[in-house]
Amino acid sequence: MNSRNAILASLRGAQRTPAMLPDVPMFDAGLPPALEKFKETFASMGGIWADRSMDGDLDAQIRARFPDAKVICSAVPEVAGTRRIAEVRDPHELSDVDVGIVRPRFAVAETGSIWLSEEEYQVNALGYLSQHLVALLDPADIVGNLHHTYHRSDFFSANYAVLMSGPSATADIEGVLIRGAQGIRSLTVIPVARGAG
Amino acid sequence: MKRVDHVKASREFIADEKHIEFHDKRLWTLRTLRDEAAHGIEEWEQLRSLASGIKEHALTHLADYLEEFERNATNNGVTVHWAKDAEEHNRIVYEILDSHGAKTLVKSKSMLTDECGMREYLEARGVTVVETDLGERIQQLDHQHPAHIVVPAVHKLASDVSRVFSKTLGTDPDNDDVHYLAEAQRDATRPLILNAAAGMTGCNFAVAETGGITVCTNEGNADLSANVPSLHIASIGIEKVIPKLEHLGVFIRMLSRSALGSPITQYTSHFRGPRKGGEMHFVLVDNGRSARLAMDDFWYSLKCIRCGACMNTCPVYRRSSGLSYGGVYSGPIGVVINPTFDLKKYSALPFASTMNGSCTNVCPVKINIHEQIYKWRQIVVEQHDLPFVKTQAMKLAGKVLAEPPLYRAAIKAADTAVAKLPRAFIYNPFNAWGKQREVPDAPEQTFRDWYLKNRNAK
Repeated sequence: MNSRNAILASLRGAQRTPAMLPDVPMFDAGLPPALEKFKETFASMGGIWADRSMDGDLDAQIRARFPDAKVICSAVPEVAGTRRIAEVRDPHELSDVDVGIVRPRFAVAETGSIWLSEEEYQVNALGYLSQHLVALLDPADIVGNLHHTYHRSDFFSANYAVLMSGPSATADIEGVLIRGAQGIRSLTVIPVARGAG
Repeated sequence: MKRVDHVKASREFIADEKHIEFHDKRLWTLRTLRDEAAHGIEEWEQLRSLASGIKEHALTHLADYLEEFERNATNNGVTVHWAKDAEEHNRIVYEILDSHGAKTLVKSKSMLTDECGMREYLEARGVTVVETDLGERIQQLDHQHPAHIVVPAVHKLASDVSRVFSKTLGTDPDNDDVHYLAEAQRDATRPLILNAAAGMTGCNFAVAETGGITVCTNEGNADLSANVPSLHIASIGIEKVIPKLEHLGVFIRMLSRSALGSPITQYTSHFRGPRKGGEMHFVLVDNGRSARLAMDDFWYSLKCIRCGACMNTCPVYRRSSGLSYGGVYSGPIGVVINPTFDLKKYSALPFASTMNGSCTNVCPVKINIHEQIYKWRQIVVEQHDLPFVKTQAMKLAGKVLAEPPLYRAAIKAADTAVAKLPRAFIYNPFNAWGKQREVPDAPEQTFRDWYLKNRNAK
C-alpha cells in the first residue's frame, strides 16, 4: 500500500466517534465604527495612518515622507513613482525598492489588517522586499471583523492572499520590539477613495 | 534512546539567576498580555468551545477532509505528497530540491520540520538550509532545538545572541545592542533569500474547502521565503486540516491573542496555488499522528494549534526553560506529545508539572492538558519507570496521607521545622521545594485547628 492509502486507512481505523460540526456566528452585534476601530488597532500593530496632504499630490506626499528614497515602485494608478510594477518581470528585480505603493482590496477593523493578493501586488514580493510600504485605502472598504473577512469569496480566487497588519516585526531577542525584522520597516496607510486619484 | 532527565537538564539553566529571572518575567508578561486580549473579547469562552468543536469534528472525519483538501489543492495546481514518517518527508523534500538542482533552501519556522530532523538530513546531502525567523535562526546557528514554539530563543539574553552572532555572522563580540543584532541578521539573511532556489514554509491551518494553507508569522519571513524563489514547498501535519474557510475566523481570532496578546500576527498569509511560472508542493505528514488519533486518552492533543499559551503559563516551564525537556516540543504540550513518540526516552516529562491545571485553562482549543499529563504518569508508574527517590517519596506520602493522625502530626512537625530550623537545613540539596525559591511562612494555625476551634465555639 502506498503511504497515502496507508495513512488514510490508519485514520479510518482509529474509529473515533464522529463529532458534530458547530455553527459559527458572525459575532457582529454592536461592532464599533469600522474606521475608528481600524485606525486604533492598526496603530497598535505598529502601522502609521497618514491623512492625505491638503493639495492631494500623492507623489509629493510620499517623497516628503521618504526623502532618501531612490526607487519608488508603484502598483497603483494614483502614484507614478520611479518604477511601474508592470515593468517588473521577476521578484528579484525588487531587491532595490525603497518604497512600494499598493491598494489593498479591503481592510479589517478588528485586527488593523489590509488584504492584498497577487492581483493587487502583481508581483507579490513588492510587499516584502521593499524597505517601506504605502497602502492607499478607501475607508469604505473596511469590514468589521475576521468572521466577515473569512466569508468573502476573494480567498477562493486568489492563489496568494495576505492579511498584513503592520511592518515586519520581531521581539525574539529579550522581548525588545524591532520593526523591520526581515521585510518592510514601516507600513503607512493613506486614505484615498477608489477612483479619486 | 537515552532517557531525558528533566531535572538535571534544567539545573544548568537554573544555575544562572539572570537567565531564569528574565525568562520567568518575559513569559509571564506574554501570559498577562494574553489575558488582556482574551478579556477584551466578550465571546472568548464561546470561541474556545467553537474552536474545540471544529477541531474535534475535523479529527473525527480527518480522512475525508484530507481527501477533500488534496482534491482541491491538486485542482489549484499544487502537487500533493504523502509521508508516513519523518524519513519519507525528508526524502520527498530532498527529491523535489534535487530535481530542481536547488542547493539553498530558505524557510520559515516549522515545528514539523524540526520534528522530522529535516535540516540535518538535507545538509548531509549538500543542501544549505537557512532559517529566516530571527529566533529560529539564532537557535540554528547555536545548534539547539527551539526552546519555545513561538519565541524559539526566549531562554537567551542579548549577550548570548551576541556571542552566537559574533562567531557565526561576524558581529562585534562586545556589542549586544538588540537593534544592532537584529539588523545584522537581516543584512546577513537577505542575500541568502535572494539567491535561494527554493523556499519552504510550515502550515498553521489547511482548509479542505479551498485546498489552501494559512501561515502566520510576525516577521513576514514566510512571505519572503515563498514569494521570492519560484519553488515553494510546504510541510503540513495531517492534523492541521479544518473543514471550511469560515472556520479561520475562529482560529485566527484566537491564535495570536493566545500566543502574544496581539489581535493577529503581523502577517497571516494564505497560499492556495503556485505563482505564475512557479511551482508549489504540499507534503502531508503523518509521523505518528494517525497512531495518536487511535489513543483514547491522548488523541485530544491533536487539536493543538501551537500557540504556546500553555508554556507561558506553566511555572515549571518558566523556571526550567524549553531545552530541559530534551525534545522538539516542550512545556505542557511537549509533556503530552513527546511520550507518544518515545515513552522510554520521555518518561520523566510527565513529572515536570505541578498539576495546577493552568495550561488547560488557557488552551484556546480546550485540550485537557493536565489530565493527559496525569494519565501519562499513571502509564509510567504502571511500567515501573519511576526513578528510585520518587518511588520512595511517593510510598511514604501514600502512607502518611492514608492515615489522618499521621498526616496531622507530619504537618505540625513541618510547620515547626520551617519556623525553627536553620536555613541550611531547609535549603538543602535534597529538598526540591527549597531550590530557587523561598519556602513560604507556615500559617499560624492549621485549617484543622481553625475548624475545630470555630466549630466548637458555635
